[in-house]
Amino acid sequence: MLELREITKRFGDVLANDRVSVVVEPGTIHAIVGENGAGKSTAMRIAYGFYTADGGEIVVDGEVRKIATPHDAIALGIGMVHQHFMLVDTMTVAENIVLGAEPGSAATLDLQKAAREIGALSDEFKLSVDPEAMVENLSVGQQQRVELLKALYRHARLLILDEPTAVLTPQEVEEFFIILRRMREQGKTVVIITHKLSEVLAISDEVTVMRDGRVVGRVKTSETNAAELARMMVGRDVLLRVEKPDARAGRTVLSVKRLTVVVRSGGERGLRDVSFDVRAGEIVGIAGVEGNGQTELVEALAGLVHASQTSGAIEFEGRDITRTDARTRHELGIAHIPEDRHRRGLLLDFDLSENSILGVHYREPAVSRSPMLDTAAIRVRALELIKDFDVRPANPDLPARALSGGNQQKLIIGREFGLPPKLLLVSQPTRGVDIGAIEFIHRKLVGLRDEGCAILLVSAELEEVTALSDRLLVIHHGRIVAEVDPKQTTNEEIGLLMTGGSKANVE
Amino acid sequence: MKLLRELLFPLVAVAAAFVVGGIVVLLIGDDPIYTYKLLIGSALSWPDGIGRTLFYATPLIFTGLAVAVAFRCGLLNIGAEGQLYVAAFATAWVSIKLGGTVVDVFGTPVNYSWASLPAVLLVPLAILTAIVVGGAWGAIAGYLKAYFGAHEVITTIMLNFIAVALVSYFTQYHYKVPGDPILQTAPIGAAAHIPRLSAFIPGLPESIPLNVAFILALLACALVYVFLWRTKWGYEIRATGANPTAAEYGGISIRKQIVLAMAVSGGLAGMVGVNEVLGYHHRYYDSFSENYGFTGIAVALLGRNHPVGIIFSALLFGMLQRGAIPVDAFTEHVSKDLVQVLQAIVILFVAAEAAFRGSFGRFGLLKRSKV
Repeated sequence: MLELREITKRFGDVLANDRVSVVVEPGTIHAIVGENGAGKSTAMRIAYGFYTADGGEIVVDGEVRKIATPHDAIALGIGMVHQHFMLVDTMTVAENIVLGAEPGSAATLDLQKAAREIGALSDEFKLSVDPEAMVENLSVGQQQRVELLKALYRHARLLILDEPTAVLTPQEVEEFFIILRRMREQGKTVVIITHKLSEVLAISDEVTVMRDGRVVGRVKTSETNAAELARMMVGRDVLLRVEKPDARAGRTVLSVKRLTVVVRSGGERGLRDVSFDVRAGEIVGIAGVEGNGQTELVEALAGLVHASQTSGAIEFEGRDITRTDARTRHELGIAHIPEDRHRRGLLLDFDLSENSILGVHYREPAVSRSPMLDTAAIRVRALELIKDFDVRPANPDLPARALSGGNQQKLIIGREFGLPPKLLLVSQPTRGVDIGAIEFIHRKLVGLRDEGCAILLVSAELEEVTALSDRLLVIHHGRIVAEVDPKQTTNEEIGLLMTGGSKANVE
Repeated sequence: MKLLRELLFPLVAVAAAFVVGGIVVLLIGDDPIYTYKLLIGSALSWPDGIGRTLFYATPLIFTGLAVAVAFRCGLLNIGAEGQLYVAAFATAWVSIKLGGTVVDVFGTPVNYSWASLPAVLLVPLAILTAIVVGGAWGAIAGYLKAYFGAHEVITTIMLNFIAVALVSYFTQYHYKVPGDPILQTAPIGAAAHIPRLSAFIPGLPESIPLNVAFILALLACALVYVFLWRTKWGYEIRATGANPTAAEYGGISIRKQIVLAMAVSGGLAGMVGVNEVLGYHHRYYDSFSENYGFTGIAVALLGRNHPVGIIFSALLFGMLQRGAIPVDAFTEHVSKDLVQVLQAIVILFVAAEAAFRGSFGRFGLLKRSKV
């Protein structure tokens, strides 16, 4: 169906694709895996006409084709769904889908006809999308199905999906895979770009593995396993399981009492009447479908929610800190690795040195008494951090923007570890991070725990929270609905609790 | 290498502006080469051209810095014009009230003052007044933004109107010498005068109004650089401008930074009053500003919101202003508005480049984070 032959693409000094060859058989689901920066998206964007290759050729249905723009790709039956949806929130599903391919004559728009066609397509693939619905009212999973419909409406026979599950909940991923399988049955071909190995194994027929801009392997999914794929991706053996000794929990560090957070425009969102403790030397995990109050919980604990929006009490080492600001809490020893590193964690246009002092920029050693920044001391400290946390490239003068997600995350983790913290609030520590870096971050977190730090861990990756946590709290609709022992509980049971099933149902 | 990249686009913008301006001159029916020779030659002639170019550049350095500091905090200060007006009036007021007996427009000695301070006290006090009053006027917009969410573009524009009307009113009804047909205050005390640079530079005639304020402007550039990039306060202002949610996460109070940045910005704009009142007219002269506050936005934009860039772009705009008069006088058809055309084209190109860079940056980001 689609074949890339010796595709080469340069961005400035970076060789993003080096003689990349991919063969996608018709009627299959083909996974392209690799770490961030391996060149997966670049190769597929070339196939979709988003970039033009510097060398090599694209073969569609056995013929060499020139794909200079997405229009060419669409004409050949190739569709692409991007990681970030390209939908207009204030328009209906049908309006979004026809955008750019409006039915009717030049001056008129036959939306009704379009809606009928879209409805038929939705039924054919059992997508259950209402063409008349407003996009802003749809869930993320539904929006993704709208993106699929957009491609199908343009008669795509081959769908390229860029990290499609990154934004989905575990349940939505399941539904999504059912849809993909159904599409395969109907004769469509699917290319799925991902770095999640469990998903590759669950959904694909064949896998192409990329590393550093090259294809390093092509295997049938049935003939491989996670360890082998990980080794090919990273280039060395990777520890996929977290190894940690049992926690030796000490005194209570954080005590949350009936904490409620009201979100101004949120309606159902927010946090309701949450109480729990975190002790020194233990990792307490919060499992839950995203958007069930985790963000509000962590931000309230970090002092980033205005006091007027909260009630209840937060005690840190026996002291009531409910009404203190973020800076005071930081000074007390509460570090925070935020869920969204671009929004909260980094100043992307600042260099690594400057980023390494965010939060401690006003006190020693960043400044020494006078208001002047001690640039020499800051640089020395930044270099140490870069070395200890393996931030690459190891250049403190680079802007944070120039780093990959994993290295940005390591920079933040290094900065927050340097506090040093008595309590660490950590949210989505490995989101968008390479497998190699995930292993590194997990080891660092366990190491910090063993030094006696109390850690509150929030992650949308169920496997991550269950593997790292010593105790696991399940959150649903802003309430803690259960506390479970992660060693004694299966992911299915936790998954049920996360979606509102009761503990009684589980047991 | 990085510096080269930073320089490239401003230079291209300026070159492009001259090319397009040349075409305009051609269409009007004059010789572009001759026109530009007039423009640049007169602006760079010694001593008259250079002296006046530097004099015109002085207020633009201050307003350029003012806009840049606010911009580094993510704020667009359109209010430098109002800030410099209130500051100029205030510095004149202090210099009148504490300046002793003066000779008014009719040649009569008059005393409007409460006291007569010596120059060593009066000059610093007058400068401080300009900074504090300009800063306070700027801080109003900052406060409204920080605590009530009023957009600074709107509030600073409105505060401009208020400032202009307010100082006009005080000049007209309270501080004008009775019978003076010109809308201006009484002269300031001689002790408040700051020297013209002709006193220090041989060959520079006394008629050139270039004064110590120019040296203060260069000093301000150095101070702004140190403040923004070498102090914790500057770090907080820049962090707020770069990413307010991350700044908040870093324990920085966004509200305080907004007020602080607007105050510093207003203070810098206020320094224009020092050049004008203490260095040039020696009185508050109504509507003296030739849109310095607004041209400052262009100066900052072209200078990449960096003190060094601002010096160069202020010099360029100063040159254009100086060269406009001979172009008007010695060409057949071209009027001095040509300079405005050139300025506008420079701004257009710089703005276009920013847009281009923005989209380029986005692609760059996509490339790095999602390959």
